[in-house]
Amino acid sequence: MIEFDENAPVLEIRDLNLSYWTRAGEIPAVIDFSLTVDKGESVGLVGESGCGKSTVAMAIMQYMGNNGSIVSGSIKFKGVELTTLPPEELRQLRGAQISMIYQEPFASLNPSLKIGTQLTEVTMVHENISREQAHERAVELLGDVKLPDPERVMDAYPHQLSGGQQQRVVIAMGLLSKPALLLLDEPTTALDVTVEAGITKLIAELSRKYGTSLMYISHNLGLILEVCDRVFVMYSGEVVEEGIINSVFTWPKHPYTHGLFGCIPLPTADKNAAPLKPIRGQLPLPHERPLGCNFGPRCDHFEAGRCDTGVIGMDIARENNDASRKHRVRCVRWDEIDHGNDLPHGDSKPPMDFGDTVLEVEHMQKYYEIQDRSIAALIQGRSIKYVKANEEINFDAKRGETVAIVGESGCGKSTFAKVLMGLETTERGEVRHSGNNIADVPVRKRDAKQIASLQMVFQNPFDTLNPSHSIGAQISRVIDKFGVESDKDKIKDRVMKLLDTVKLPRDFYYRRPRQLSGGQKQRIGIARAFAGHPSMVIADEPVSALDVSVAAAVTELLMDIQREHQTTLLFISHDLSVVRYLSDRIVVMYLGQIMERGTTDEIFAPPYHPYTEALLSAVPIADPEVTKREILLEGNLPSVLNPPKGCPFTTRCPRKVGKICDEQRPPEQDAGNGHIIACHIPLEELRKVEPVINVPPPEARGHTAETAES
Amino acid sequence: MTQVTDSAVTADLEAKPSLISRIGGTLGLMRESPVGMVGLALVLFWVLMALIAPLLPLYDPLEQIMPLQAIGAAAPDGNTFWLGTDHKGRDILSRVIWGSQRVLVWATLATVVAYVAGMLMGVVSGYLGGWYDEVLSFVANVLLSFPVMVLYVIIITYLGASGINIVLAVTFASAPGIMRIVRGLVLDLRNRDYIFAAQTRGESAWRIMLIELLPNARGPLIVDACLRLGYTTVAIATLGFLGLGLPPPEPDWGLMIKEAVPLGSFAGHMMIIPAVALSSLILGFNLLADGLREISLRD
Repeated sequence: MIEFDENAPVLEIRDLNLSYWTRAGEIPAVIDFSLTVDKGESVGLVGESGCGKSTVAMAIMQYMGNNGSIVSGSIKFKGVELTTLPPEELRQLRGAQISMIYQEPFASLNPSLKIGTQLTEVTMVHENISREQAHERAVELLGDVKLPDPERVMDAYPHQLSGGQQQRVVIAMGLLSKPALLLLDEPTTALDVTVEAGITKLIAELSRKYGTSLMYISHNLGLILEVCDRVFVMYSGEVVEEGIINSVFTWPKHPYTHGLFGCIPLPTADKNAAPLKPIRGQLPLPHERPLGCNFGPRCDHFEAGRCDTGVIGMDIARENNDASRKHRVRCVRWDEIDHGNDLPHGDSKPPMDFGDTVLEVEHMQKYYEIQDRSIAALIQGRSIKYVKANEEINFDAKRGETVAIVGESGCGKSTFAKVLMGLETTERGEVRHSGNNIADVPVRKRDAKQIASLQMVFQNPFDTLNPSHSIGAQISRVIDKFGVESDKDKIKDRVMKLLDTVKLPRDFYYRRPRQLSGGQKQRIGIARAFAGHPSMVIADEPVSALDVSVAAAVTELLMDIQREHQTTLLFISHDLSVVRYLSDRIVVMYLGQIMERGTTDEIFAPPYHPYTEALLSAVPIADPEVTKREILLEGNLPSVLNPPKGCPFTTRCPRKVGKICDEQRPPEQDAGNGHIIACHIPLEELRKVEPVINVPPPEARGHTAETAES
Repeated sequence: MTQVTDSAVTADLEAKPSLISRIGGTLGLMRESPVGMVGLALVLFWVLMALIAPLLPLYDPLEQIMPLQAIGAAAPDGNTFWLGTDHKGRDILSRVIWGSQRVLVWATLATVVAYVAGMLMGVVSGYLGGWYDEVLSFVANVLLSFPVMVLYVIIITYLGASGINIVLAVTFASAPGIMRIVRGLVLDLRNRDYIFAAQTRGESAWRIMLIELLPNARGPLIVDACLRLGYTTVAIATLGFLGLGLPPPEPDWGLMIKEAVPLGSFAGHMMIIPAVALSSLILGFNLLADGLREISLRD
């Protein structure tokens, strides 16, 4: 057995250096990394992709792969050195003392084994207990993670559960052996926001209950703020700043941390008055890191001779009696730089004028027919089922306006986009683009002019370009197809101009998609959408897969081009903070229906639809000064095949009035100026609701952190 | 706004990489797979033999000189029968080398035709789906339910032994398998955003299938093509052995083995030499396929 020192910190990493060995030689992945986690504490590791945060977790688990190894330093778990522990003893530790929860719940569960088998296995292996005892423990934990009817879940296969339920099972599995340390690698990134809110709260509760220490790894600053006591900001293999949450978030000292806050759409950002300020340049490749400070080439405060020489160590920026709670920063100039009180933001831009109505959607419905081939359906004679993907969609959009469609997965936003693009058609209702009804015209029957004037920017940057064709060929094809130009040289000229527009070098013409980074691909996707001078562009989560600093740059680019061309932007997203930042009007959808629509200000202030209210509460905001009212939704999204008869939100609504909600479709109530709320609750009552998000005025800033410090 | 300069990207930037440089790049990667290199060497050896056969100082493969000479026996004109002669007195070295030309030409032709048919069927059933898929999948399943050899024998006995009919038989036997691979790949690829992008700009179904989809399926297909070249070589030799192959007296490896069988151990070299030639070529194709798969999995 391994002897643990119960008085030692749960995890103590000292001067860790970690490298991968590749054809190109040694590549340092984690440099000079130190961290201590005490019992019951929750720390966060935050950074953009490639910064080494997941590698740290892998090092703790001692899963380094064939080509990774620890060069120097130590990792101690309750006083036991992990780097030299024999494999046999490590196996006793993993799963029992240290557990890990990964991003994709469906990849963590074996699809061919029942949940019960997978859960009981953990304790039977680690604690040598009988099947009955293991079963009992598993059922108890499924209850702890608030899964209804644990016995039924034990008997289910993973595919019979929803994503949120699966992640709860994974969490239960992680906690089964009551580990001392739980590593969470982007545990909620694959989940919807309202589900995420429930899961993070649950993890916090359980960690208190069992005294488990948590280590969150995430790119999401808002999530880290909500769930962690301390944070480590990583950049290019190094921790650049660490400290207790409020200190780091209120007084970010490192120019990188400070810059990150300028990249995320906080409630203080505004697309006209205070736009996002992307960090210039790109993350250096691991084998091409600069001398001195890794962030140097991208830093506005760079000073030759000081920032580009020698090894830069961590310096204490803010004292604390507890050594592990000191605010440290890896910057030689941290006390010379005055970041001021404001977060960084770009230069202000004039607000846009809106023109005529470009898009009108009236009573649009889209049902999918599904053949039910089960014998039961045959006997009952009901072999055709309908999926009501879109029900009663009404809204319009003006020239130059940004309208956002917000909703979680399965809300019908993608179906609506498909109808607009002509990939699906519907006879019910009308979708008029520049006056012509296009709802029932498939794309092949639309003329080039119509197609060119309605284009789309896609979600996944790694999928948006055809890997077999060069960038130039792909954009040229669009220009040719839309009849913008027909002469070969003129087409090439247009492509070059488009590359200028999206701020990419002209030699990208000859490149292939695999030679481009995610952000660059998305820029090409934008160039392609704007090639035929569209009057309207649909953007389906265009930046959700990108890192924060890259996302900010792409968002700003998209809006600059929109501004220049007076294009109508239909922005589809699940992320209310991005939506609040860039849209003029918002449509909130749930299960195929519009719950609420109005201007951005109207949506973000009472009266709210109860669903909007829950959605607002669920979005993590990376600003410690902002306070939120907590609203947790119970249950899961109902199946689209079998939606509730009355209001679609009735099954999860915390403000449910009564039977009427289950039985009758809610009326569309007008709260003034076309702010529509589809709810049975009278407007007067909805108006009395307290705001969910409270943003303190600028002059009141700074107090929260002071009090938290003492 | 950020001005993006990515040094790593600039480093491997080539202006319009030509086909030759891309093949060169693959060969460069191939050096990391010893198995693939052996396969490549074997295949290239036979391709070279087939190409330079007319230039080599060989006897006419049809000329009947002295029957059943052993390996290294002296020929009447003062030369040597390096690999002996067969029962009709023809030079075996010459017949093996000329035979490689024949098997390579017909195996390649048959595989290419089978690929064209299989890829078209696969991309249509995978992308268009619906009735196209139902009908094509049904036809493919019917053909796949026959043992391959039975299918060959039925087709060749029905149509008669000739090169074109061998191509036809191989196409019938291989196209359903190729179709299934392509269909599977297309079912995955058709949901990519770049396909939606092509659809939303109003591209025709044919253009999407041939230009947007198929090129992206090429990776697994190249590996499969190498394997299938090996199978086809086996098939052609087997048909030759059964007397259903390319008509005699043109040299054919399968036929050469068949002719040696009645003579048994009495003329072992007549059997072993074409058999070694045949297996080395098939081994070459299989090892090459392994090597290609290995490097394709690497990144």
